[in-house]
Amino acid sequence: MIPELGHFALIVALLLAVTQSVLPLIGAQRGKASLMAVARPAAQGQFVFVALAYACLVYAFLTNDFSVENVARNSFSQLPEVYRITATWGSHEGSMLMWVLILSLWTTAVSVFSRHLPDDMVARVLGIMGLISVGFLAFLLVTSNPFDRLVPAAPDGRDMNPLLQDWGMIIHPPMLYMGYVGFAVAFAFAIAALLSGKLDAAWARWSRPWTTVAWAFLTAGIVLGAWWAYRELGWGGWWFWDPTENASFMPWLAGTALIHSLAVTEKRGAFKAWTVLLALIAFSLSLLGTFLVRSGVLSSVHAFATDPSRGAFILGFLAVVIGGSLVLYAWRAPKMVTGGAFTWFSREAMLLANNVVLLAAMGSVLLGTLYPLFMDAMGMGKISVGPPYFNAVFVPVMAPVLFLMGVGPLARWKEASLPDMASRLKWAFAVAVVTGFLLPLTLEGFNPWATLGFFLAIWIVLTGLLGFRDRMKNGTRLTSLPRAFWGMQLAHLGLAWGIAGITLVANYEQERDVRMNVGDHTSLAGYTFTFQGTTEYDGPNYRAARGTIEVSQGGKKIATLHPEKRIYNASGMPMTEADIHPNFFRDVYVALGEPLDDEAKSWAVRVFHKPYINWLWLGAVVMVIGGFLAASDRRYRINVRKATAPAGAVAQGS
Amino acid sequence: MKRWLPLVVFLVLVGFFAKGLFLNPREVPSPFIGKPAPDFALPVVGNEAMVFSPADMKGRVWVLNVWAPWCVSCRQEHGVLMALSQSQTVPIVGLNWKDKDREAAALLAQQGSPYFAVPDDVSGKVGIDYGVTGTPETYIIDKAGIVRLKHVGPIDGEVWKNKFEPKLKELGA
Repeated sequence: MIPELGHFALIVALLLAVTQSVLPLIGAQRGKASLMAVARPAAQGQFVFVALAYACLVYAFLTNDFSVENVARNSFSQLPEVYRITATWGSHEGSMLMWVLILSLWTTAVSVFSRHLPDDMVARVLGIMGLISVGFLAFLLVTSNPFDRLVPAAPDGRDMNPLLQDWGMIIHPPMLYMGYVGFAVAFAFAIAALLSGKLDAAWARWSRPWTTVAWAFLTAGIVLGAWWAYRELGWGGWWFWDPTENASFMPWLAGTALIHSLAVTEKRGAFKAWTVLLALIAFSLSLLGTFLVRSGVLSSVHAFATDPSRGAFILGFLAVVIGGSLVLYAWRAPKMVTGGAFTWFSREAMLLANNVVLLAAMGSVLLGTLYPLFMDAMGMGKISVGPPYFNAVFVPVMAPVLFLMGVGPLARWKEASLPDMASRLKWAFAVAVVTGFLLPLTLEGFNPWATLGFFLAIWIVLTGLLGFRDRMKNGTRLTSLPRAFWGMQLAHLGLAWGIAGITLVANYEQERDVRMNVGDHTSLAGYTFTFQGTTEYDGPNYRAARGTIEVSQGGKKIATLHPEKRIYNASGMPMTEADIHPNFFRDVYVALGEPLDDEAKSWAVRVFHKPYINWLWLGAVVMVIGGFLAASDRRYRINVRKATAPAGAVAQGS
Repeated sequence: MKRWLPLVVFLVLVGFFAKGLFLNPREVPSPFIGKPAPDFALPVVGNEAMVFSPADMKGRVWVLNVWAPWCVSCRQEHGVLMALSQSQTVPIVGLNWKDKDREAAALLAQQGSPYFAVPDDVSGKVGIDYGVTGTPETYIIDKAGIVRLKHVGPIDGEVWKNKFEPKLKELGA
């Protein structure tokens, strides 16, 4: 009964989504206030019904209703409760339902925090978001109904993919989707501006905080995914240039370009057409990512639904949404006249260069991701493109962006003076270069990649500090600097921190694969690992051999680690569960390989020393904080208060 | 014309995606399909004096399964092959690939052997001739010694029913 209720709620949500898109869009075009007024209640109603459907799905998973196919395929009676909830988005159907849920959450947020916007703008934005929702709800109902019944019911479930049974996976997908789908807001604002023909700086100001928040979520989601891969896959790696990772990284690159370009459009009225195009591209890449992952056109370790009919549906939808928006763009482009002129050496020019390079980086990732598909489609054979390509192309392309990050925020709008900038930056540059060269020499000798990484990290930090000094010259205190400034600086410093971590771990990590009997020692990077054997251990839905490895340094015991080799009961899938002793300066990481004899006395053991890897995660946390801080800047809220005060309404913060 | 450029790029991409939907990225075509199975002569596990060669199978449709005692998914597949060897008439030859620790004989004695013969490719050279990228891989070879099908990865009931059975029927096994 409950699953049918969920199915019914989805149908109601679809009807509301149709209402939410058709009536307000017509109303906005004809200037009918009554039709435009439908947008808000329809959007909020749609959210209620999608949330109801989602609650029904959670209920089916929690109560182990194996008469629902989705539950039978992705859950298991012995699965711990928290994973039964996360299993709702572990499947194809469930993750698409979450996509819709998060879209309607964003839509509702726009409907609440948009009181200061003109009615026709709100109607158009909500209408466009409704159209996207129509497509995804129809996709769910036609090809991927999460509530399909299984007759006869399965006696037990096939269990959730053991790889996903990790608490990194509890928050990674919702965060990632918040980011992915959040770009729908920027997209809807851009389309609304194109439809109305009013391509002024106002729409850039309105969509800026939304885009920044979506970007912050996407950053968090991507890094959580990397953190999950690092902890769960047992290889000690955190980024594999897998098509699915690329699918989330491309919108991030385009979104990063977008938030910078929006700044120029808002402040200087320049780059209008370019910013609109970026908003379209960022969301198009989100949709493209969904298509790539869901359709099975690329093989990926993540692709859990591969079905041509689903792929065909998403491709059709993609063609309509992206194709339609690009036609609209081409049609309206001549109306977008660029404002404020600027010279080749100005903040505008730097941001333009940042945009071009970020998009080039995105293009190189896109090319590498799709190249196997191009070759295959043209009958030129099967090839795969791996990390060597991406590392060789991506790193050199990104280096100039990171260099510009130091210069851009210090340059003046319109026209900056090159000699003046050079004299302000010469010390920062000299310190960064010298440290970049010397630091690797004190570690393991000259290493150009380490030099590049250190140089960029130190350069960004020093120029960031110069930015603070500039702002405080006329007596402004740190606490009274605007949040937008703090946000930008934190995001930049967080990235520098992350780059330092990546440089250190990528160039100085050590690993060793050893065969260990009970009582054997091995040492790595000054640590001694003593294998004390394995014991049988029964988890809720798996059996494991649980190793005990003592880690000591200079004769002093610092940790006892318990890596596991698990066999999951329902699927029989073997899994390696690494154990990590982290601190601020390094991770000690151990993983059990295979037992090497029949009595399981002797094991293949893999030990890693990962210097400064946690700087990567910490840097990302700082970037995310920076994003939220920037989005909460006062000037987005002042605007609201001015608009709502006369009506006597309560001010809504954004 | 510049403003139409994004649309043009996108339409080209859509064309590729549409084509891509009907391709299977996991299907690695074997250049040996339709070609004679590479010849070899290897001693047989459990009976070193005997030598197995594909020529011995002329006139019969047979299955060549490349496996190894150290391969985890081969153990999953083992049960399926055991059931097949009891119900099917098609002979399954198990090429024992890179068994450096010499475990195959003991393993098969302990868990039962689904195989008609187990040629011992300890150096892995025959595997290279067949283009083996990893175990398990399975081929169907017809009466004239021509490779007709290649499957990468473990065989389960579904793969056997949908992929192997129709092909075997067509070849008159």
